Amino acid sequence: MAKKNKQESKLKELGLKVLKDVEKIRNPNITIPVRALSNVIFNKKSKTLELGNKKSKRFFFNVAHAKKFLQTIEVASVSKNLLNEEKHASLRDVFYMMKRTIPGTSVNIVDEQSESDNVIEDLELLTGDSREQLNINANKNGSIVGKVTIEDAGDTIRWDKLGSGGWSIPSNVEDIKFKSVNAKYILYMEKAAVWERLNEDRFWEKHKCILISSQGQTTRGIRRLLQRLYEEYKLPIYVLTDYDAYGFYIYSVIKYGSINLAHASERLAIPGVKFLGISSNDIEKYDLKKHFIKLKDHDISRLKQLAEYSWFKDNKQWQKEFKTMRQYGSKAEIQALSSRGITFISEKYLPEKIKNKDFID
Amino acid sequence: MVNNQEKKITAEELSKKHREISVAEFFTKNRHLLGFDNPIRALLMTVKEAVDNSLDACNEIHILPEIYVEIQELSETRYKVIIEDNGPGIVKANIPKVFGKLLYGSKFHRLRQSRGSQGIGISASVLYSQLTTGKSTKILSKISKGKQAHQYELNIDTKTNSPNVIKDENADWDKDHGTRIELELEGKYQKGKQSVDEYIKQVAIVNPDAHITYITPEKERQDFLRGTNELAKEPKEIKPHPYGIELGNLIQMLSITTTRTLQSFLTQDFSRIGPGTAKDICAKAKLSANTKPKNMDRQEAEQLFKAMQETKVMAPPTDCLSPIGADILERGLQKEVNADFYVTTTRPTSVYRGFPFVVEAGIAYGGDIEKESQVRLMRFANKVPLLYQQGACAITKSLGETKWKSYGLNQSGSNMPTGPAIVVLHLASVWVPFTSEAKDAVAHYDAIIKEIKLALQECGRKLNTYIRKHIRAAEQRQKIDLFGKYIPELAASLSHLTNKKEEVILKKLEKTLKKELPTLESENGEKK
Repeated sequence: MAKKNKQESKLKELGLKVLKDVEKIRNPNITIPVRALSNVIFNKKSKTLELGNKKSKRFFFNVAHAKKFLQTIEVASVSKNLLNEEKHASLRDVFYMMKRTIPGTSVNIVDEQSESDNVIEDLELLTGDSREQLNINANKNGSIVGKVTIEDAGDTIRWDKLGSGGWSIPSNVEDIKFKSVNAKYILYMEKAAVWERLNEDRFWEKHKCILISSQGQTTRGIRRLLQRLYEEYKLPIYVLTDYDAYGFYIYSVIKYGSINLAHASERLAIPGVKFLGISSNDIEKYDLKKHFIKLKDHDISRLKQLAEYSWFKDNKQWQKEFKTMRQYGSKAEIQALSSRGITFISEKYLPEKIKNKDFID
Repeated sequence: MVNNQEKKITAEELSKKHREISVAEFFTKNRHLLGFDNPIRALLMTVKEAVDNSLDACNEIHILPEIYVEIQELSETRYKVIIEDNGPGIVKANIPKVFGKLLYGSKFHRLRQSRGSQGIGISASVLYSQLTTGKSTKILSKISKGKQAHQYELNIDTKTNSPNVIKDENADWDKDHGTRIELELEGKYQKGKQSVDEYIKQVAIVNPDAHITYITPEKERQDFLRGTNELAKEPKEIKPHPYGIELGNLIQMLSITTTRTLQSFLTQDFSRIGPGTAKDICAKAKLSANTKPKNMDRQEAEQLFKAMQETKVMAPPTDCLSPIGADILERGLQKEVNADFYVTTTRPTSVYRGFPFVVEAGIAYGGDIEKESQVRLMRFANKVPLLYQQGACAITKSLGETKWKSYGLNQSGSNMPTGPAIVVLHLASVWVPFTSEAKDAVAHYDAIIKEIKLALQECGRKLNTYIRKHIRAAEQRQKIDLFGKYIPELAASLSHLTNKKEEVILKKLEKTLKKELPTLESENGEKK
């Protein structure tokens, strides 16, 4: 209960700060750190992204800020309710809890979930608590399999006894207890289809490892779970993504943290993860050029952005990757490996890469 | 037996099959070339050709046009069209040819801005009427007050392309002068963007000196009143400009000229060639100024043609054009379109291929015009609305390529802009380059496209000033007004967060708003 009160008092503090302006008949304002690339610093020592010192002021009596200001206070009030009632809500729930038309106007407090999601992230910065601590959860996303036993909400769960689907990773993994962990490393992959292939081949059993997948971008739940396994059991983590700029960025987010959530890097970033593939070496070695897909304009501009990021700027190996891809003018999917046979990935590619420590750091 | 049947066909026999194809016969088979390709369009074309002729005729005798259009629905597929004007009428002897012979007209052989030009239009309607209904056309015409009117009933002999008079009699008509035509045809009446209704409305916009009465097939009477009593300026006829002719024209002109020397041929039969320029041309062509035009052979004509193109000649005179005029166009828009803002412009005369032309543009914005849809474009050539082939037209292309975002309208890429606006664009020229004989779309000449864009930009700039001043100010006002509505919401949330009384917070926020109001207003003023 003490924990709940701590969060509640932080929300109240935010309210009181605004109230102070109100009482002095001043234009109410909130100071929020800027969440953008311009205010993200790469800490060379910890090797993670951190939020810089740039701050912006959000005013109520300002035509451009008013609605966002209202949303910020509104989401704080919604969060207070959740804490009071000791209930958890999804991001979608919160969107609907905020959404309504302001009487006498045709204006909605929020029109899209992206707006409420955005002010929830602002609220994390303002209170210093994660959204999960504020009783707001994201959807569960991703599957996990391996010789691991955990305890979750009073249930004992064996990750190796869940058939073809595996265990779904919830948004909040803070309260999960690991009972036994029997693995030598963790393999994370961007594609759920590849995870299903490896699970069917019982790759995790043969190679004593844990397999995790997401569908596209890695959620906070997955990143936090990876970080806990990495820190609590010192398990190496290898990342397998498509051979394209977006795949590379998935690796970057897991390793260094994301631009949008630079404030949460401490709880999410895992500087020790290694990039397993698909790399340009793999393209040559495993003869994947015939499965190339031509780069589109947005692929090329994304590559240029990646190359400019301060955490990649001095990394020769990665600069070489970006350059090679631009020279190829092409990208490729993990599934291109299947052209060498359906079990090629589990029987040849992965064992060979891991044995030879063929990684990019 | 079999061999006998396969006897050889001789050239003599084949020649029996060769015979002249009359224009009328050609039309019978190719009516789509003239725009009579479907029943909806046929009805429109018939009204259009008759109304164009009436307006041209009234212009010629300097009289404010008084036009009556009636469409009667006889059955779902058959209509009677009646068009009557107060024009000069047609002398009795000419009536059969004007209406009963294709390619007979007064306008084709002159270089002057007019609505019709080829002498096909109205006789094509007569022919179409007779082809689809078997009926003949009735014409009533009177040329002056004291004289009797003449009534004709005629159709066209398609083999010979000549009029076939069925009835020819004197008649009484209480009008001083004018022409009335009445014909039946197979057609279809529809409302919408390509309808007779739309056509007449657009005619009323660019001819605000005309009073048009229109009786719809639904028997509704619509009156398009005058927006001005100023007569449209009568365009002057000009001689061809040396840059505007082709070798074939030149050879023909040489053969029919009444001049005796090349020097006088050049100075008298062309515009903008003075004695000095004529000498230059002769020298360049390596021909004597005293050459007899009629004796020149093809080779010499070609030398002359080349020299004419290579010699610098002043741009053609521009008084052959009769633009609507920015003021009159604005009045036309005002009376037919209910909008908040109107802007119009007439560009200076410009030249393409030796033909002078003028571009005029107008925009009506706001009011009753639909807000969220594409901007409506109304295209006109020599004051005639163009309702078909919008996509193929140089005017459409120029509109799309204009950057409307800088003029206050929305636009994605080079598409038609969106917003509550109607754009009117008029191209006046002695020779409008249409993409086909149906005269639906203007061909893509760079010089024309450039002028159209300049006209649109001129109007666009004024539109933008208006939008910025009026609309944005109103939008900002609305946004500021919103604060009053935001305050209770903020007060409620803040009270919930802090457990302070909602009413107290509300009152204080309202006080703050009053204090902040001047800053809010000036900030927005500065920003935009």
